[in-house]
Amino acid sequence: MNAYLLSLLVFSPLLGILMVALMPKNEERTIKQFGFFGTLPPLFLSFFLCSQHYSGVALSSFNIKLDWIRFGNLEMYDPKLFTVNFELGLDGLSLIFILLTTIISSLAAMASIYIKQGWKGYYLLFLILEIGMLGVFTAENLILFFIFFEMTLIPAFFLIGRWGFLEREKASYHFLIYNGIGSAILLVAILILFARTGTTNIAALTQMMTMGGVSLFAPISSSMKYGLCLAFVIAFAIKLPVFPFHSWMVRVHAEAPPAIVMIHAGVLLKIGAYGIIRFGMGIFPEQYKSLAFGIVLMGVISFLYGALLALVQTDFKLVLAYSSISHMGIVMMGLGALNEAGLQGAIFQVISHGLIAAMLFFLVGALTERSGTVMLPKLGGLAKSMPVFSGFMLACGLASLGLPGMSGFISEFMVFLGLFKSQPVLAAISVIGLVLTAVYILRAVMLMTFGKNDSLVEKEKLDLEGWEFIPALVLLGLILLIGVFPNLLGGPLQGTIEAMMLALGGR
Amino acid sequence: MDLNTMLSYNWGAMMPEFIILGTTMALSILDLFWPVHFNRRKLAWFALTGIILACLSLISLFSFETVSILSDTFRLDSFAKAFKLLLLIGAGLIILLAHSYEPKEGLREHRGEFYYLFLTALLGAMIMTSSGDLITLFVGLELLSLSSYILVGIRKRDRSANEASMKYVINGGISTAITLFGMSYLYGVTGSVNLGEMSRTMAAMTDGQLQYIMGLAFFMVFVGLSFKIAAAPFHMWAPDVYEGAPTPVAAFLSVISKMAGFVILLRIFLSLFLTAPGDAFGALDFLEKNNIYIASMAGLTIIIGNVVALRQQNLKRLFAYSSIAHAGYLLVAVATLGGGYFLLDTIWYYLLAYVLMNIGVFAVIQLLSSQSGSEDISVLAGLGRKSPYLALAFTIYILSLAGIPGTTGFIGKLNIFLGTFITEPGHFVLAGIMIAGTVVSYVYYFGLLVQIFFRPIHSDKVVKIRSGVSVVLIICAIGTVLFGLFPNIAFDFLHDQFGDFTDFISSE
Repeated sequence: MNAYLLSLLVFSPLLGILMVALMPKNEERTIKQFGFFGTLPPLFLSFFLCSQHYSGVALSSFNIKLDWIRFGNLEMYDPKLFTVNFELGLDGLSLIFILLTTIISSLAAMASIYIKQGWKGYYLLFLILEIGMLGVFTAENLILFFIFFEMTLIPAFFLIGRWGFLEREKASYHFLIYNGIGSAILLVAILILFARTGTTNIAALTQMMTMGGVSLFAPISSSMKYGLCLAFVIAFAIKLPVFPFHSWMVRVHAEAPPAIVMIHAGVLLKIGAYGIIRFGMGIFPEQYKSLAFGIVLMGVISFLYGALLALVQTDFKLVLAYSSISHMGIVMMGLGALNEAGLQGAIFQVISHGLIAAMLFFLVGALTERSGTVMLPKLGGLAKSMPVFSGFMLACGLASLGLPGMSGFISEFMVFLGLFKSQPVLAAISVIGLVLTAVYILRAVMLMTFGKNDSLVEKEKLDLEGWEFIPALVLLGLILLIGVFPNLLGGPLQGTIEAMMLALGGR
Repeated sequence: MDLNTMLSYNWGAMMPEFIILGTTMALSILDLFWPVHFNRRKLAWFALTGIILACLSLISLFSFETVSILSDTFRLDSFAKAFKLLLLIGAGLIILLAHSYEPKEGLREHRGEFYYLFLTALLGAMIMTSSGDLITLFVGLELLSLSSYILVGIRKRDRSANEASMKYVINGGISTAITLFGMSYLYGVTGSVNLGEMSRTMAAMTDGQLQYIMGLAFFMVFVGLSFKIAAAPFHMWAPDVYEGAPTPVAAFLSVISKMAGFVILLRIFLSLFLTAPGDAFGALDFLEKNNIYIASMAGLTIIIGNVVALRQQNLKRLFAYSSIAHAGYLLVAVATLGGGYFLLDTIWYYLLAYVLMNIGVFAVIQLLSSQSGSEDISVLAGLGRKSPYLALAFTIYILSLAGIPGTTGFIGKLNIFLGTFITEPGHFVLAGIMIAGTVVSYVYYFGLLVQIFFRPIHSDKVVKIRSGVSVVLIICAIGTVLFGLFPNIAFDFLHDQFGDFTDFISSE
């Protein structure tokens, strides 16, 4: 049973896909319900996995391995050579990401009520996207990882291009091409590893690259290892995205439907961080260490650059987009710190930003539904017409700028703790960013909630109502929970972080 | 040669060819004598039956050891079996397409010829796969070429068809002449036309002068055959010819004819140049030493195919350039020799993928263009809303052509990449060009999907799908996904039936 649980989890959205596919395309209500219910099986299964973990079942007992593809006919050398197995596995890190995925997917499915047309196609793609995301975090070999990775790309392309705002097609093209380049780099790196070692299993590769293994074919020279490590870092830096590679993500944030941005900012960008930890840091610890300075530098630049640009945006979605770049900069800083605090902080920041961004974009969606715009100059005085909404907005903004007691604080604190230890100069420079963050968030929230009210009619009942409280409360609750009990995340992560530190020769 | 030697040959080895030949003759006689008012469309089923029978007899031959008859001019080795299977599958699908082909002005009296010309062309391709001799190889090539010249121009009252046919004849004629010229040098150097004998003579050839001539021959044969596979810079004919030819013929040219081109290329290169020494010391074999030429042509083909496809508005021209790009990907595998481990697997699998996805695409083009009378990419607009299943099938083919995981196209490309990286030093530049080309191809492939899903409906006319085409669509879509998700079905089949193709490579 345990062995199949994981594949059941990954492919459980298929049930929803089947249900939605069988509905006639005009049944708006039923399709939306089925689409939402489709996200529940993975949600409950992930909770079940989590409870199993807390009750002491080893996560590795969920691993599954089936024969899948064998390239070439090289059995006479070694039957395992050039095989790709269908193997899914779980550790603390992936468990956390799985939970993030299932929770945000369910909430985003709920927020998809705002979608106005083409529901059937929308939910089908949405659920395929969820399979892709779940697969990415459980894949145990690089080929499988890549397949799931691309499986997120195609549905996202259509979701952005068909259901987005005015400039949606341009945004979806940018998304496709930038990510296409990223995955091209990734694919080349993966295949060089595969061709030269004959395996793509992450654990086997980690061992071969760190301990050195016997190669039947052409060896991987040490300079090639640097190249591969760099390729992984760049491919995932595009996904994350950090400074020079960010322009596609700004467009996507501005043009995609808010429910998809919840997924996009909440989970898809996080694949970048996951990839850097798993592949860059995990497979090539030696080489990664020497790239660390560059990684921190990229992080600092995007942290400050994103914050500065967020300061002057008039479209609230763009404020959030640049704020995402800025926050992903913090992740990079943590990843480059090369110590336990930094790494833990980076992972915390990933999760925390996932929750915060999802919540902010949920609120953006709710607001767009009511006012038709989120341009800051056109908004104002929402505190009067939508007090509850404004309250959530402010709370979420505070979490984003790192108010103690909320998840943003813990992660930023730990990243800086780690970074001051290893790169004090860069850390000192980047502290300016913290101030900027506070300024741009408070500016945006104030412009929206206070000031004159000239866009929305005061008397109308506009505040959040009914189901809309569920996503807002759940996300805020989680943000506070992590803020108050950070060890909820720290516990499962312990093993992974220790293993990484050991490989990095921890400090 | 007396009767007894004739009878002593194991003619069973040629069974598939005989069946195709018999069907062709029967079809031509039927076409001649049946009354004019009789609907020739039914002849397609007859042709299809012939192909299926040939396929079955081929499968029954799988268990045979390598047979060579007619003093080694006809060889039934694993290479021949594997590629004949692909040819027959492709031809069967294309006959189904041709059955439903309905141009605006009608095919009228030519419909019968249409079917048996397909079969003669197929026969030519099949003979090429199993010829052990330059003469039979060339005869097969000519049989294929001549039939396809007529097929391209079969709409004889259509101006563009005439133009296409003319261009194809002239270009094809030149390329054949060049190939033949190259072959004559090979004959001059070795004094034989039998591939096995030639290979033995060439293996011992360490004289620099002779090697120079060999290089000349290699170059000319390669150039001549590059026309056939439409590799840059000898690709110019392809877009014009595809545009003017009837859609099933365009599918035929881009699938069967291209596959036959690769077959003959591999036959000649692997049996002659792989064993020949590349320099006076014989340290490197000829193909390894000169693979830079194949590699640069592969790179050029990928770049030109993908970049020019970006600007195309006509569907057939677009897929002409796309098929040029795919020829480039296949040439990468030839240039790197699959890293030494993956060559024939890679090419066979990629061609299988290519058969399925490309015929599928041409089926959709045929459907839409015969409905609307236009081949502009705007005929795709709104297809997702109008006929979602057709749109889904088309999306599958396109994703496969673009090499997205979950489809055959991805596994095929992956195989090619493995071959480029496994050697030391790896062919990184070539792989880089290939991956860059793939990313560029996203732009135009996804541009088609944008038309289908994001644009308003082009015309309200319901797309009527004839049963023949729908079978093609379904087979291609299912095959593309099935072999993409479980490629081991194909790989295991290949390895179980044909092993490492040892009888092809070593015995010659």
